[in-house]
Amino acid sequence: MIISLSELSEGFRIALHALKTNRLRTILTTLGILIGVVVITVIISVIQGMNTYVSGELSAIGTDNVFVTQYPWMINSWEEWLRVRGRPKIDSKHFEFIQEYATLAEVVAPEVATRRTVKYRNEDLTRVIIYGTTPGYMVLSDAMPEFGRFFNDSEMQHRRNVCVIGWEIADKLYKDVDPIGKRIKIGSQSFFILGVMEERGQLFDFSMDNNVLIPYTVFQKAFGKHRSLEIQAKAVNPELVEELKDELEELMRRTRGLKVGQENDFNINQQSQLMDVYNNLTKVLWIVLIGIGSIALLVGGIGIMNIMLVSVTERTREIGIRKALGAKRKVILLQFLVESMFISSIGVILGLLISIGLATAIKQASPIPVDISGWVALLGVGFTVTIGLFFGLYPASKASKLDPIEALRYE
Amino acid sequence: MMIELKNIVKEYHLGLETVHALAGIDLNLDKNEYVAIMGPSGSGKSTLMNLLGCLDTPSEGEYHLNSQNVSEMSDDELAEIRNREIGFVFQNFNLLPRASSLHNVELPLIYNGTPASKRKELAEEALTKVGLSDRMHHRPNELSGGQRQRVAVARALVNNPAIILADEPTGNLDTRTGDEIMDLFEDLHDNGNTIIIVTHEEYIAEHSDRIIRLRDGRVERDEAR
Ligand SMILES: Nc1ncnc2c1ncn2[C@@H]1O[C@H](COP(=O)(O)OP(=O)(O)O)[C@@H](O)[C@H]1O
Ligand SMILES: [Mg+2]
Repeated sequence: MIISLSELSEGFRIALHALKTNRLRTILTTLGILIGVVVITVIISVIQGMNTYVSGELSAIGTDNVFVTQYPWMINSWEEWLRVRGRPKIDSKHFEFIQEYATLAEVVAPEVATRRTVKYRNEDLTRVIIYGTTPGYMVLSDAMPEFGRFFNDSEMQHRRNVCVIGWEIADKLYKDVDPIGKRIKIGSQSFFILGVMEERGQLFDFSMDNNVLIPYTVFQKAFGKHRSLEIQAKAVNPELVEELKDELEELMRRTRGLKVGQENDFNINQQSQLMDVYNNLTKVLWIVLIGIGSIALLVGGIGIMNIMLVSVTERTREIGIRKALGAKRKVILLQFLVESMFISSIGVILGLLISIGLATAIKQASPIPVDISGWVALLGVGFTVTIGLFFGLYPASKASKLDPIEALRYE
Repeated sequence: MMIELKNIVKEYHLGLETVHALAGIDLNLDKNEYVAIMGPSGSGKSTLMNLLGCLDTPSEGEYHLNSQNVSEMSDDELAEIRNREIGFVFQNFNLLPRASSLHNVELPLIYNGTPASKRKELAEEALTKVGLSDRMHHRPNELSGGQRQRVAVARALVNNPAIILADEPTGNLDTRTGDEIMDLFEDLHDNGNTIIIVTHEEYIAEHSDRIIRLRDGRVERDEAR
């Protein structure tokens, strides 16, 4: 049997009427659904926004760069720390060895860092990061000097006191003068400024412009050799990153004289590892999402079922009259399903409006770009409509099966 | 024969006890008869009306309506028969309280898929026939008892059913308004409808051509007048 247009429109008429007469009750009932929609859409959108934000930030590290370090980037337990804390430092010998023998690396550069106060005339900046590196830094960091030039291999070999300063240093310390050709005091030593790096922005909260780059050879002369280096390498071809990692591991093991079966006493890292860590964190959010969302929707669904059961009871006599006049089961079923769908739709619409408001607020208050995308809204709607249908089905089917005589006799 | 009842039994089970609301009824009714069903309270009048109106099915026996065996039909088939063949008038009117007279009268047409414009036309016609052309948009609680029952009569006749069933239609009305309703039934009878009416009152039964008296779920007397 097909439901006729007149029967369908009667279903809508009844639902609208019922909702108009029970406005407050309807709104209260939709609260669970509303919360469900808000939780699902907002949390998914926040996760999406954070994904965009974090992967955007992490791209500054270089997707294809490989980092050889003394310790792992992430130490997850005390036991792990105890295991790795005795590792030998990575020094310039390792770097030079890798630079000489790595075949899959386009560029290899060391990086060693410390914090010092830098000074020009009477002004100084404290806790500026001083990096010791090689010209390979430009390729690995994908950053070039904006003014002047980077130091070259010769200056590096001859251990000249030359440097390239970050954008922020130039901005703060050399306000009215061209820094190139001027001197800068790093700690107790004086350096000649060759260039100013282009502005690089922030990695999360960390400024990438508040630093001074000097040859690593000079760094060791000026600040000592006791710091471990980090060796950075970029594969000749992005598809060879994994092979490069293997090669670096092999070279490191060789310089360290590790035997087969002996554990690595260094780490080979990649940006994707940070992404993995981040993805693990968002897993927690997904669990929260699924937890709260499903509870809210369940509560919402039960609310709808409850209110529909009340509605069926209140209208028993009406159902009896309609049946006596020829309404078939499907028609009564439809009538009540339409009503429960109406109620859940109100929850969905209000929920979406609130979600959009919340998303806008989060977007303005944080760096996370939270947008309710079309498919997220659709997902929220789909979920709720399903819930409305599912929980509306029992009361509606109960109504449709009422015995007309008993229903007519109901007081 | 329009209606044939063969040994109709209707039992209700209340715990261990079995109530025979109808204890074997044989009855034949022709088209365009005007029948009154009488009998003391509890004699089975309403039960019989519900069966005749296809609101209920018998525990035993057969009911043929226009040569169709109704006793074995499904809920939905019965709903269709009710919609097409039967118009009900109840003692307590049974109108939808929140709907206008017009909408109440339109209901049977909604359930047989009559298009909206045609529906309105037929409902207005039916309401005019019962003298309520000026009360189309009133709700039941804005109408007197007599007017409510007229709406119910309009609803019963709007689909042009062969049979009008009325279970104590004047029970809640004063004598004068009761008489007005009975006049409407006379008109319907004149137009060729079959009328079956349950009543306590002899003067109401006097409108009919045949009186069937029930007692304890059986036909006690069946007399033409
Ligand atoms: N749903 C029911 N459950 C149990 N007993 C019923 C039910 N309907 C009617 N009866 C019983 O059937 C008998 C006939 O009832 P009814 O047809 O309503 O009588 P009347 O309309 O003549 O007063 C009564 O004894 C009544 O109690
Ligand atoms: Mg009765």
